[in-house]
Amino acid sequence: MTEKQAEQIRKICQDYGGDKHRMMDIVREVHAQFGCVSRPAMGWIAEATSTHRVEVESVVSFYAFFSEKPQGRNVIRLCNDVIDRMFGADRVAQAFEEAFGIRVGETTPDGLVTLQYTPCIGMCDQPPAAIINDQIVTWLSTDAARHIAEVIKSGKKVFEAWQSVGDGNNAHPLVHAMVHNNIRKRGPVIFDAFTSGAALSKAVAVSPVEIIKVIKASRLRGRGGAGFPTGMKWEFTRGAPGAQKYIICNADEGEPGTFKDRAILTEMPDLLFEGMTVGGYAIGAKEGILYLRGEYTYLLNYLEDVLAKRRQANLLGQGILGVPNFDFDIRIQMGAGAYICGEETALISSCEGTRGDPKNRPPFPAQQGYLGFPTAVNNVETLCAAARIVDKGSTWFAAQGSAGSSGAKLLSISGDCKAPGIYELPFGISVNEMLAMVGGEDAAAVLVGGPSGQIISRAEFQRTICYDDLGTGGAVMVFGAHRDILAIAAEFMAFFEEESCGYCTTCRVGNTILKNRLQRIIDGKGQMGDLAYLEHTAHTIKALSRCGLGQTSPNPILSTLKNFRDEYEKRITAKDDGMQPAFDIAQALSKTEEIVGRKSTHRQA
Amino acid sequence: MSGKITLIIDGQEIEAEIGQTILDAADAAGVYIPRLCAMKGLSPHGSCRVCTVHVNGRPQAACTQPVAPGMSIENETPELKAHRVSVIDMLFVEGNHYCMFCEKSGNCELQAVAYRLGILAPQHDYMFPCRGVDASHPEVFIDGNRCILCGRCVRASQELDNKNVFQFVGRGIHKRLTFNAPNNLSQTDLAGIDKAVDSCPVGAILRKGTAFSVPIGQRLYDNEPIGSEIESGRRTNDRQV
Repeated sequence: MTEKQAEQIRKICQDYGGDKHRMMDIVREVHAQFGCVSRPAMGWIAEATSTHRVEVESVVSFYAFFSEKPQGRNVIRLCNDVIDRMFGADRVAQAFEEAFGIRVGETTPDGLVTLQYTPCIGMCDQPPAAIINDQIVTWLSTDAARHIAEVIKSGKKVFEAWQSVGDGNNAHPLVHAMVHNNIRKRGPVIFDAFTSGAALSKAVAVSPVEIIKVIKASRLRGRGGAGFPTGMKWEFTRGAPGAQKYIICNADEGEPGTFKDRAILTEMPDLLFEGMTVGGYAIGAKEGILYLRGEYTYLLNYLEDVLAKRRQANLLGQGILGVPNFDFDIRIQMGAGAYICGEETALISSCEGTRGDPKNRPPFPAQQGYLGFPTAVNNVETLCAAARIVDKGSTWFAAQGSAGSSGAKLLSISGDCKAPGIYELPFGISVNEMLAMVGGEDAAAVLVGGPSGQIISRAEFQRTICYDDLGTGGAVMVFGAHRDILAIAAEFMAFFEEESCGYCTTCRVGNTILKNRLQRIIDGKGQMGDLAYLEHTAHTIKALSRCGLGQTSPNPILSTLKNFRDEYEKRITAKDDGMQPAFDIAQALSKTEEIVGRKSTHRQA
Repeated sequence: MSGKITLIIDGQEIEAEIGQTILDAADAAGVYIPRLCAMKGLSPHGSCRVCTVHVNGRPQAACTQPVAPGMSIENETPELKAHRVSVIDMLFVEGNHYCMFCEKSGNCELQAVAYRLGILAPQHDYMFPCRGVDASHPEVFIDGNRCILCGRCVRASQELDNKNVFQFVGRGIHKRLTFNAPNNLSQTDLAGIDKAVDSCPVGAILRKGTAFSVPIGQRLYDNEPIGSEIESGRRTNDRQV
């Protein structure tokens, strides 16, 4: 590494005040400039931020979008989640592989292209999709892949090859993406028209405590999946001792099959930022952070522009709406490819510039969160709902939905249905009603709540979507009878194995164990005892894991064992040779046979 | 108020001080809760999950959970034992542990907890990972095969040695321990006398030239199971009563 490069890196660090808490931004910029964060670069960054090189290495090695090894000038990240694979991602991958003469995971020798897989990028309603140099390409085909390859080889920028852009703000010059919103059903809470400042002007007319009362009265609960009452969270954060308070918006929607926040960020950013500002007013925060998943980098410039306009309109900044001492601003923190950062304490770790490891609780974020200060972490949809409640009243909101679940929920629906997309529906709708709406009546299985939720069979389609029955952050996948439910469960286990932070034993090791044993059954080498083994290992992982990831990651196995047990049993057929099906003697002896140079005696016949 | 509260562990009432963790309170009361990543003098980590107990019916790591008045804690139940056996097994199959010729045998906490829980062979399949060995340092030897990622060396180096020799890199099943150096351990400021070296519960960090200074048969856990030292504290207290 030359002195010139070291100087560039020092400059980047200086731009962030040499603050090690801004490590995500620093590493991201170094990566963008050099195509990797090499070991010498780690040393320079550590020096310029007064930390240890191993701490930088720890961050670089944690996030999927950072690499120590040089990446190609173009990086293709092909989404390989279940839905994208159902709609041809494997064929697209093969087309890319043939066009560039490399395998997925490799870089062309001339450094032109790196080809990678990445889990759900929030485009399950327009699969197969990929991220190419931060730009999104959707509805990929083998022809499209070959065309992209030609464009890249000709030296042109990939997104210049696309004339078409999606609907709504996807066509905005700062977005310019071929993404489609696919908002199929608009409801009054999220996707209704909104005038900037409408909620905020009402908020500042009353006291912060009054705002918290309104949110509590609305019975709004967190939309990310856990369902914690928002008003209580704000009250705790407001009441906790701390020189400063923070409000963080969790826009790291990474649950496979979720893409609702994408549409909110594209079409309703003002509603979201207004919700954050109202929240900041309520809890007494001067600063808010929008943690935006790295997959949505294509929205960054646009969102920064929305923030700038809000500052001009005095909806952010000093003395908001002329209220003395009401100072509040928002910065955007980019993620870099880590599902775990959707967990609120992991998200805080990431904002603080470290690995996305969840933290021990207690203390809870409301007591000690970002940089040790009381912090409220809310979902994108929750904050939008909060803004709307302040605008239209808690009674208006609480009148919608069901008894224990007030308001409406955004569902991201994908898979084997005629109209995949985003639906704003009142809580309490049944799975059957939902399937009729999306044209998925023939479904054999429905995944509610993403892989960490439940896979249910037809026998349970009368169940309802609400906190008291089928709780969900919003991901719904529809599977037809022709899909292999165990193969789907296995893919979800592979996802959790990849996305575990590795902090606690059960999640780090246990998910690999479950995945391997399930694969053994799929391969026809299972035994009846494997089902009980899967069950009790799954229960240990759920009971002992430290955060929500490990506490829910065995769900694909547990819910299929419960609802699709025949799928397991039909693959476990007793053989009459008295051999353990899991033990393949030919394979066990193969290495020895190779060394000895002859077949084992019992196989010579 | 003296800051003293009472709570119940396995039906037995014990006294605890506000601010203590369940693990510390249990230790003081002579009740052994198995643990690996927790170590006296280091901040709690909560990563190995071996010390999981049921607090009013909910699983919690005893090493990170503060005591509260009226807590009813279950420690020795068949269900918790099954969980602990499973998680100890996971640590064994995740790495490459060869007790029969490991110089830490008898002083190894992983081995000792496994014996105490009655583990003879793991229920999970071995993963046989390829992990590195670093013998570059003149006084200390590191074998990644035997590392259980408990983070004791990471914390001991930071909190007791005022250094920052160790850290984790990678994530999930690929997570591993590494050092604050461009290439190897000898480039760090680790010294042979560092507390971080002693903090390793297994045979992953070893001081060179000391392997068999205490012969097999006379080691920490050769004659009494791990936890006896904590429980014998209770016996002493009983006699005093």
